[in-house]
Amino acid sequence: MDDLRELYQATILDHNKKPRNYGPLEDATHEAAGHNPLCGDQLTIRCHVDAEGRVDALRFEGQGCAISRASASLMTEHVKGKRIEEIDADFERFHELVTGSPSEPPRSEGLGKLAVFAGVREFPMRVKCATLAWHALRAALEGREEAKTE
Amino acid sequence: MSLDVEAVRRDFPILATQSRGRPLVYLDSAASAQKPRAVIDAMSDFYAEHYANIHRGVYQLSAEATRRYEDVRVRVARFVGAPDPNEIVFVRNTTEAINLVARSFGDVQIGEGDEIVLTTMEHHSNIVPWQQLAERRGATIRVARIDDEGVLDLEHLASLLGPRAKILAITHVSNVLGTINPIREITALARERGVATVVDGAQAVPHQTVDVAGLGCDFYAFSGHKIFGPSGAGVLWGRMELLEAMPPFLGGGSMIETVSFEKTTWAKPPQRFEAGTPDIASVIGLGATIDYLAGIGMDAIDAWEHELLAYATDRLLEIPGLTIHGRAKDKAAVLSFALDVAHPHDVGTILDAEGVAIRAGHHCAQPLMEHLGVPATARASLAFYNTREDVDRLVAALVKTRELFG
Repeated sequence: MDDLRELYQATILDHNKKPRNYGPLEDATHEAAGHNPLCGDQLTIRCHVDAEGRVDALRFEGQGCAISRASASLMTEHVKGKRIEEIDADFERFHELVTGSPSEPPRSEGLGKLAVFAGVREFPMRVKCATLAWHALRAALEGREEAKTE
Repeated sequence: MSLDVEAVRRDFPILATQSRGRPLVYLDSAASAQKPRAVIDAMSDFYAEHYANIHRGVYQLSAEATRRYEDVRVRVARFVGAPDPNEIVFVRNTTEAINLVARSFGDVQIGEGDEIVLTTMEHHSNIVPWQQLAERRGATIRVARIDDEGVLDLEHLASLLGPRAKILAITHVSNVLGTINPIREITALARERGVATVVDGAQAVPHQTVDVAGLGCDFYAFSGHKIFGPSGAGVLWGRMELLEAMPPFLGGGSMIETVSFEKTTWAKPPQRFEAGTPDIASVIGLGATIDYLAGIGMDAIDAWEHELLAYATDRLLEIPGLTIHGRAKDKAAVLSFALDVAHPHDVGTILDAEGVAIRAGHHCAQPLMEHLGVPATARASLAFYNTREDVDRLVAALVKTRELFG
């Protein structure tokens, strides 16, 4: 149960139940769907990039497990107002956090609330759930229509 | 004959192990079943003392390996009621068996405008090879409906067996819903209309006595690894007159009579369909699992699993917000379910942390998931080595899931 509490932290359960920035986004400049064929998780990320290259608005919708929903919700809060290069760097750090070795202390500098996903390291089968929204966001910003986790 | 489940459990070494610090509760036998000591020992003894390539060597060791391999064919034929052991073709698994039929039988039988009939509850392995065939030959796929209980609509199926229908490919038991299809009745319908029948028996052979001749089908496929045998050995049974008329699936060694650069002539079935060195040790293991199952008795297995299925169904329905997908009266011990508060993937992870192994996902049946209107389900599949205590551990873990997510 300890590993479970570590994985399903209160923040994650809360964002699963009440996802932030959920729903359609009017005036989106970028949009992509993320699909995890293994478990059927499916979500769409829409965002608006301003003249200075900052993501000043983004929202998501779709269906998925608690990890993928909470990850999408917390990601939208985390990256709002950031430049694309900053978001890429965040994704890299986030990816390291969820795929790192469980025997070493998790490194979550600069990730803020996203640190709650450190527990995913104990459940390698769930890494794709945690990173789905990020893959979709990156696809959207790169002008692709779809991101698949495999 | 009744089944002594505690004695049976001692035959499966893995059932004494722990998962995440708790005694393992294995409820994913429909994906792949665990192996009894008899199978593990038979394969290891074969490698240690009897191994050589088959159908080749002039020396005693090879002759003995060949004899043991061919003897499994005879035992498999007896186990599934095949009239002739030469109708048993060893393949890797059910998927390969169906692909073999789609290629060697389908490519000859199916022409432009013909129809291949499937059902909503098919596994991808009984969909994709037929779609590929339809694409190669310009044929059409028709799909028979199921009702809300997960029971096949026989009237609709019959209406699809029209003059253009040439092949009906159908599962004996649904890997998601557990529904047992009335194959005998269905093959009678198909035969009247001159439609060949290919039955996916992957989820039937582990649970009940199967008699391929009595079922009246033309082809029947199953996997060794789902009947407590090794992965890498599966079986295709086909009627001899059909097998004899079919060209080979793969070309190479063992499947020929004579080879010259001008012309090659095919060996008779089953060798015609067993090109190259097969997974010899797995076939030996398959023989061991069949002997093991025969020793316990498929009827005893069937009876115990039905008792367990009834118990598990009642216990699961005690959990608020839980829905079972698949409520056919005639059902094998497979329970797909949804919990209102948690996604199947989360259910799977929480159960895993409790040492309970279930499957969560689309179960290689995406068209069925679409029919059910869900992206995925959680599935607990039972085998004869499962107990009421296993079901209780499942239920306790689901209650915990509700607490966490509720």
